[in-house]
Amino acid sequence: MSKRIDVKNLDIYYSDFLAVKDVSVTIEPRSVTALIGPSGCGKSTFLRSLNRMHEVIPGARVEGEVIIDGENLYGKGIDPVMVRRKVGMVFQKPNPFPTMSIKENVLAGVKLNNKRIGRTDADELVETSLRGANLWNEVKDRLDKPGSSLSGGQQQRLCIARTIAVKPEVVLMDEPCSALDPISTLAVEDLIAELKENYTIVIVTHNMQQAARCSDRTGFFNIEGTGKPGQLVEFNDTQTIFNTPSEKATEDYISGRFG
Amino acid sequence: MTATTHDDVQAVGRLEKPVRWAILAGSAIAAIALLAALGALNPLSVVIVGSLIYCTVLYVAARAVEGARHATDRLVTGVVTTAFLLAMVPLISVIWTIVSKGLDRLDVEFFTFSMRGVGSGDIGGAYHAIIGTILTTGIATLISVPIGLFAAIYLVEYGNKGVLARGLTFFVDVMTGIPSIVAGLFAIGFFTMMLGDVAYQAGIVGAVALSVLMIPTVVRSSEEMLRLVPNELREASYALGVSKWLTIAKVVLPTAIAGLATGITLAIARVMGETAPLLITMGASRAVNFNPFEGSMSALPLFAYSSYANPGTNKEDSLAAAWTAALVLMALVMILNIVARLISKFFAPKTGR
Ligand SMILES: Nc1ncnc2c1ncn2[C@@H]1O[C@H](COP(=O)(O)OP(=O)(O)OP(=O)(O)O)[C@@H](O)[C@H]1O
Ligand SMILES: [Mg+2]
Repeated sequence: MSKRIDVKNLDIYYSDFLAVKDVSVTIEPRSVTALIGPSGCGKSTFLRSLNRMHEVIPGARVEGEVIIDGENLYGKGIDPVMVRRKVGMVFQKPNPFPTMSIKENVLAGVKLNNKRIGRTDADELVETSLRGANLWNEVKDRLDKPGSSLSGGQQQRLCIARTIAVKPEVVLMDEPCSALDPISTLAVEDLIAELKENYTIVIVTHNMQQAARCSDRTGFFNIEGTGKPGQLVEFNDTQTIFNTPSEKATEDYISGRFG
Repeated sequence: MTATTHDDVQAVGRLEKPVRWAILAGSAIAAIALLAALGALNPLSVVIVGSLIYCTVLYVAARAVEGARHATDRLVTGVVTTAFLLAMVPLISVIWTIVSKGLDRLDVEFFTFSMRGVGSGDIGGAYHAIIGTILTTGIATLISVPIGLFAAIYLVEYGNKGVLARGLTFFVDVMTGIPSIVAGLFAIGFFTMMLGDVAYQAGIVGAVALSVLMIPTVVRSSEEMLRLVPNELREASYALGVSKWLTIAKVVLPTAIAGLATGITLAIARVMGETAPLLITMGASRAVNFNPFEGSMSALPLFAYSSYANPGTNKEDSLAAAWTAALVLMALVMILNIVARLISKFFAPKTGR
């Protein structure tokens, strides 16, 4: 169920503003890739270009290729809606649908697409997804309560359950723990380690320890100055990046001697 | 800095609630006595003079007991409350007048009889007008809600602040301000153009006139409600591989439904009392007419107008009927408001554990 992602010479624009320049990288299947870098260097922008969420913003566009499973996401005749079913996304702020119950939130990907699903299948999908997101035990007795009645950390795990319920091949996470307390953060990190068995995961984080703890490979994005495009400065095994980075900027950033 | 803190700590005195109530009661009595002596006793003058006395006395008392900062606080509270009361006076007096004068004719006859064949000395009822109001506003709603809602969806979800969207917003703003008589003339012109019949008078013409007035309000309120839906929800839906249209239909609209329903009900309430455009488009019939496409039709505001303007020989009864029509109209608007509240309560996003 997991796929390799090949990014080739990707330039990402907001209208005329080049936000991220010339990224080429290969993301291995069944691994966790962390993206780190200073604020505004284009991590979110890059992440969102991996499932064509970028173009939801008016005027936003990309040049270059993102190849998943031998197919260019930006090729002719590719439907972005289908891309997003293959490449799921978890956002920085937990965003369960306020009009839906916990159960309906998990089934949102199915129900919103007008797909029919039998009762038993639905119950099964809800349970496996919630178990997959480490949330089942906490909510199994109140599946019909609104999703917004959960704590922030539980909401975030609900959003993860919702994402894996559509059975994507890749899961993108944009600072998924930034709104969470340390305990919920650990729960999500454990979850990421488990999800790695089945999914390709790309995670943006500002937390070095988190990147070091849960990723296999790490990419460092940097920006030369305001108005300049962000660039992928270094990409390597997490061990290497944190212990013997080859770029001076990476070392400075990681050791906190930045700017 | 320290000095003021010190001051505050020192000012242990407090004007307790009973004392404030006593000041209020005293001011009211003083105002009434003063105004009675001057021969200018009425609710409005009592509120004005009473609150003037109250604010002054309270300020002085608070300054003496509690200190300057608290006194200012009390003064501002008093002034704001007075402004609120002044705003309430016309409202309550309108309601009071309508209810007290309208109750006379609030009888079965009013709701079951039309004015058909009612001689100049007889009474009759407003059944035909109630039917007319329900039919015309109903049709106007059926026309305006889809158009207004879809226009709002276009503005929020598809417009991207482009030329078309900005143009639409501009015209909606202009339309919000057009006088209602212009809407009536527009409807007449529209039907004359379509049918070539200059004298076509029917409920539908009035309904079209009302929708001209209603569409901009629906667009405006719906647009605001749709903009309140957080973008994160749309993105969450897109990220699940849901298409744009389904996202709008199943995420955005349900999230906003409470506000949308409230806005639409208030828009209906607003056009329900329109008189001028109906007067020139529907011809104020005196008989019941269930067919909005043929023959003239009445409505409650028209009924109130004609009962007042052409009372016949039984002047008193006719005037009373006009007040009752006003009362029924007000009741309908109130019911719509309550319905709007119920709807928004019922549909509001569920929270709580
Ligand atoms: N919707 C937008 N329209 C125009 N420019 C944008 C938009 N979103 C982001 N940008 C610009 O793109 C650049 C990269 O932003 P991005 O959000 O990807 O940064 P980031 O690395 O995720 O930062 P952070 O760590 O603070 O989240 C910034 O210069 C930002 O100003
Ligand atoms: Mg970001």
